[in-house]
Amino acid sequence: CMTSCTKDLNRNPTNGIDADSAYGSVTAYKGSLAKAYAAFALTSSEGSDKSDLGGIDAGTSDFIRLYWNAQELSTDEAMCVWTDPGVPDFHNLSWTSANTILRGLYTRSIYQITVCNDFIKQSTDDKLASRNITGNDAATVKYFRAEARFLRAYQYWVLMDMFANPPYVTEASQIGTSMPPQIQRADLFKYVESELLAVDSLLMAPRTNEYGRADQAAAWALQARLYLNAGVYTGTTHYPEAMTYANKVINAGYSLMGTYGQLFMADNNVGNNEIILSINYDGNYSQNYGGTTFLVNSAINADMNPTSFGVPNGGWGGNRTTSSLPDLFAAADKRAMFYGTSSTITDVSKFEQGKKVIKYRNLNKDSTTPASTNGVYTNVDFPLFRLGEMYLTYAEAALRAGTNTSDAINYINVLRQRAFGNTSGNVTSFTVDNVLDERARELFWECTRRTDLIRYGKFTTSTYLWPWKGGVSGGKSVDAHFNIYPIPSSDIIANTNLKQNTGY
Amino acid sequence: KITDSKDGSPLADVSILVKGSTIGTRTKADGTFTLRIPAGKDSLELTSLNYATQVVAIEGTTINVRLEATNAALGEVVVIGYGTAKKKELTGSVVSVGSKDFQKGTITSPDQLIAGKVPGVSITPAGGQPGSGSTIRIRGGASISGSNDPLYVIDGVPVANSVQSISGVSNPMALINPNDIENITVLKDAASTAIYGSRASNGVILITTKKGKSGKPVLNFSTNVSSSKAARYVDVLSAAQVRSYVQAQGDTTYTKLLGSANTNWQKEIFRTAVANDNNLSVSGAIKKVPYRVSVGFLNQDGILKNDHLDRYSAAINVSPKFFDDHLKVDINLKGTIAKSRFGNQDAISSALTFDPTQTVYSGKSAYGGYFEWVDANGALNTNAPKNPVGLLNQKEDRGQVNRSFGNIQFDYKLHFLPELRANLNLGYDIAKGDGYTFIPQEAASNYSTGGSHTIYKQKVNNRVGEFFLNYNKDLKQIKSNINVTAGYGYYDNLTTTYNYPTLNARDSVLKAVTYAYDKPRNTLISYYARLIYTFDSKYILSASYRTDGSSKFAPDYRWGKFPSVGVTWRASQENFLKGIDWLSDLKVRGTYGVTGNQDGIGNYGYIGSYSYSANNTALYQFGNTFYYTTYGAAYITNLRWEETRSANIGLDFGFFKNRITGSIDYYEKKTKDLLGPITLPVGSNFTNIVTANVGNMSNKGVELAINASIINHKDFSWNAGFNIAYNKNTITSLTQSTDSSFAGNTTGGITGGTGNTIQIHSVGYSPNAFYVYKQVYDKNGKPIEGVYADLNGDHKVDDNDLYRYKSPFPKFILGFTTDVTYKKWTLATVLRGNIGNYVYNNVAANIGITSVINNTNKYISNAASDAFKTGFQYNQFFSDYYVQNASFLRMDNLSLSYNVGRVLNNKVGMTVMANCQNVFVITKYKGVDPEVGYLGTYPSVYTGVDYKIYPRPRTYTLGVNLTFN
Repeated sequence: CMTSCTKDLNRNPTNGIDADSAYGSVTAYKGSLAKAYAAFALTSSEGSDKSDLGGIDAGTSDFIRLYWNAQELSTDEAMCVWTDPGVPDFHNLSWTSANTILRGLYTRSIYQITVCNDFIKQSTDDKLASRNITGNDAATVKYFRAEARFLRAYQYWVLMDMFANPPYVTEASQIGTSMPPQIQRADLFKYVESELLAVDSLLMAPRTNEYGRADQAAAWALQARLYLNAGVYTGTTHYPEAMTYANKVINAGYSLMGTYGQLFMADNNVGNNEIILSINYDGNYSQNYGGTTFLVNSAINADMNPTSFGVPNGGWGGNRTTSSLPDLFAAADKRAMFYGTSSTITDVSKFEQGKKVIKYRNLNKDSTTPASTNGVYTNVDFPLFRLGEMYLTYAEAALRAGTNTSDAINYINVLRQRAFGNTSGNVTSFTVDNVLDERARELFWECTRRTDLIRYGKFTTSTYLWPWKGGVSGGKSVDAHFNIYPIPSSDIIANTNLKQNTGY
Repeated sequence: KITDSKDGSPLADVSILVKGSTIGTRTKADGTFTLRIPAGKDSLELTSLNYATQVVAIEGTTINVRLEATNAALGEVVVIGYGTAKKKELTGSVVSVGSKDFQKGTITSPDQLIAGKVPGVSITPAGGQPGSGSTIRIRGGASISGSNDPLYVIDGVPVANSVQSISGVSNPMALINPNDIENITVLKDAASTAIYGSRASNGVILITTKKGKSGKPVLNFSTNVSSSKAARYVDVLSAAQVRSYVQAQGDTTYTKLLGSANTNWQKEIFRTAVANDNNLSVSGAIKKVPYRVSVGFLNQDGILKNDHLDRYSAAINVSPKFFDDHLKVDINLKGTIAKSRFGNQDAISSALTFDPTQTVYSGKSAYGGYFEWVDANGALNTNAPKNPVGLLNQKEDRGQVNRSFGNIQFDYKLHFLPELRANLNLGYDIAKGDGYTFIPQEAASNYSTGGSHTIYKQKVNNRVGEFFLNYNKDLKQIKSNINVTAGYGYYDNLTTTYNYPTLNARDSVLKAVTYAYDKPRNTLISYYARLIYTFDSKYILSASYRTDGSSKFAPDYRWGKFPSVGVTWRASQENFLKGIDWLSDLKVRGTYGVTGNQDGIGNYGYIGSYSYSANNTALYQFGNTFYYTTYGAAYITNLRWEETRSANIGLDFGFFKNRITGSIDYYEKKTKDLLGPITLPVGSNFTNIVTANVGNMSNKGVELAINASIINHKDFSWNAGFNIAYNKNTITSLTQSTDSSFAGNTTGGITGGTGNTIQIHSVGYSPNAFYVYKQVYDKNGKPIEGVYADLNGDHKVDDNDLYRYKSPFPKFILGFTTDVTYKKWTLATVLRGNIGNYVYNNVAANIGITSVINNTNKYISNAASDAFKTGFQYNQFFSDYYVQNASFLRMDNLSLSYNVGRVLNNKVGMTVMANCQNVFVITKYKGVDPEVGYLGTYPSVYTGVDYKIYPRPRTYTLGVNLTFN
């Protein structure tokens, strides 16, 4: 036995599969593509109590919950009563490189990039040929591959916007313990831009792909965002390009949802020609304590009759807005979806204080409640890109560039007509600053606010104060280094290639 | 007549065998015996527990023999790995405890038998659940996130412990009947444990079970009955206090919610629990073959209602000898059936917070008739705690485990070379555990899903094969003895876990499973050798070497090397010390060795593979179709052994003819390639934290044990033993790069908020140091809510002001045992203590605040009484106020026994016993119990976080022991 027994030391997992099985057919590729998307929708492939990531509570570790915290809690649009790790730092604008939420977001974004890298590596022409995938199947997998490249570009954009100078890994990087190099923000801008340009011709035409999968219009919408904020990222503005790509989306056949509120309801996946790309959730099949489950439940408590929001067993009583957001709305503006009368917050820890944002509701358009395993998980899909944003992007870029301003006003009025139900809210002139307010009215709680305030120079400065900005009730300015989030200290330690962002 | 060599008292039950025959008998109570000697036989072999075996020549018709007692606390011959050794010649730090010195009373799990008895070994019972295990730490443990549990070896067969758990029982060790155990030996230093190589870093516990003895059959029956009760409840507000607080606030929303009852919820869920333990054994010899057969039946209630354990056990030992005693065969078989009903421990935390002004039952039919918090429409308030009695009674949680383990050992002394022995030991450990939980659809706890129904099943199939050769020869001409052992071992651990979907009470599938089963498996192959060289019975050199190959590591990292060396000098044998009258024994020991650890990492951590998920709750929607996902698992190709290098210096001494004996040990352990949760460079793998080898830790400590026979008189004797151990563990490295700004890896999840942790592993500190803010107090010594010291002086209090404050690890652990015998009465006690261990009082931190009472989610909650002491309105989770000194002294055991003597026509020996466990605790700790074990799940390091603790009961036991011979 002495020699043959040593062979017993080669044990393999009973249920594990190798790469050739995980990517063995077009069906198998689709399972792996589903993971590339699920990486930003779910916390793990094994249920809502598990996470792809370590070092963070599983239920907090999905992309939207983390991204929303970073983009909204740090602004005038939201304030949280919870004292969970890292949460209070956002509104106080006092986060450190130890912040748990920021570490989670950073890790989640790069995790999705890693999954996409693996997909891209496993779907080269050579790999397809070696696995005998040809003809229509090969063509299908090539679309998958372009989508994986798009998703990777999207997450690199998020990292560039948030952390400026993240680690850089591609399909050429090896899985193991090596330390990825750091990429500078301006270089990352070029990389994201080049990737989006490259996949443009490889993706499906707008509105021809399956619901939930990216097409050319998604890439254009991301490019429009990229160019609108180019000045922040590189010091050089790209407003004409922002207009070009916003226009490509606007002319691609999308149309606004008739009723604004229906964009954020449980069956927003049907009869919706406004959403360009969404992150999809389901109360039975895509369970998650982040995503829209978080957005619905954290905004209401037991006192607000959770059943009327489609979550009979939910209501976590966490997030509400400062008075600055409701104050932006005219009385007739139907986008003002708030609950409660007290808009002033004197005690940060009291959920009763401050208006609740009830924009996301887990009800179908016919007021029925969709199926949900526990009456907490929601069905609302999160609109990652939608037509409404493109009108605003075009308008702002045009007004900033001083060209095509009449188109800009038109687009603003298209949105306002839906908001008011008639032309009573139409405007004839609009300033660049007006667009910021309009963006707040149209896009509040859709994870754009921090980026917008930074582009307008209002995030850290004293030019705009909101209640409890910087941790004081009247609001105060903070140091400019808070315009960029810190690289999480855990990664600075683990990866000696990384240099911390200035000020942290 | 057989008598004690010291006091001349008669010895009963001494086994007498005519050498070279099967003829034998036993002494009566007065020490006398009669025996017919066949012709041609000339000597008798006399054996008795705790006395040295003696062979006497038959001279005349009357024989009087005085037997010499072996050291009462520590048997003369002790088992070591792959053999035995004389205690006086031991090189390593080894402590052996015989059955006579075990803790008495209602003891379900063997690990509790030696609590407080061995220096440097801390045994912390998990709580009061029947059959629950203990957290055992030998010299503080050597790992951070790997396992810190010692290796258990029963009759030479390593068995499943907490690392390879068995579903359906709270603790695999509880499947071993303590009554079948003869002796427990703890190997502490590397020289003793290195022969177990890669599994030895946390010490080794060798269990020897009772064997048959030659002579006429002896039947022993023992039974005991016990009654247990919670010793203390968590200090929460009374109904009157809650009522007056709510009324004083004057908010009608809440005054309306008040009930009129006075319910003590803790008393509603706990009870006085009765247990009954019966054991019957027969031992003797049939022809020349000694045997022992035993059966046991334990029937134990837990103090938490519905908690119950029935354990049926049987053991068989047969030890025949063949070929003129050249071949010894030893067969041990054990079988256990354990049927458990587990009480719902969620009720324990709910009982603390549930409103004491409410009644248990609502008088309505909804939710099974239990009072629950509902809104105006009768819908459940999902944020409110659930009725504790409902939680208990509406969950049926049953499990059954059938386990058998055993071995057959052939020991062959070669005919042509009797100094050489060949030993083959084949062992197995198989178990099947299955069970289910069921919660009906009307139960409030699972109302949203329509109840719950889960099923589980697991099989364990472990096999062991060992073969060694031993050569032991006295070389009289050079006053030497050499003892050489070389061997091979094969260990295969296979678990089969069946997966079942999660169902609701109507058996609708809530969560499907991907695979019907999984079969995690690991295999270990070993080669080992040991040399013990003794010169002139004074100088002893021992050296061992083991190499282990594990399936958990890639071929390049698979084999670990574990050498050790030790020297012993028996100074008292030197002529210059022989003249010193009072010095009866003096021995100096020094050892150094390397051991390993691989427990706590997955079986396949080095293999890159993908998994296909068919979990129907984690799909992704494209179009109108939901797709299962396929995902890559993180892997680390260079996973390798955790390696501990340790040195030990010891001194054993005996004074006044060994009336006083003792030992002192100093040790240092350095663990490298510590297996721990390592933060990977993000982007380098399929996750960011994996278990890998980064980091180092050191342990240093001193141990002292003294045993004294203070009074030793025929009618009156008094023995006492005391041990104390100091241990300090420090993390010396945690990361690949060195960066002083790295705070460490947070750990120690707490109840309250989402994702909060209270501890940190930091370089330069003990593992699990509490990571907290420094509370600021007012001039009356009352903590000021939310005010913390600005420790870094930057005029703001943020993450950077957290500091490392104390740790859950005790600096000192103490044990004290004593027994006094007067004529037929014996009074014995065991005390245990820890000094310098701290506990995070999570109960007080979570509900010791006033704002929980008028809960914002529109229900009334109870609060810990601490709320009125601090006056805190909101949670201050990270205040060091809640990190409390949990040093304690506990009287573990107090027992009184009376040796009735011979009854029933002098045919039966009878002893009766009364016993109290957990007699008292002296501590400053403000929570319910300073000893915070773990609740259920591995890893089970001293958690140091006090929440939802199953209280340790105070137990009174009455027992009787009958010996028929």
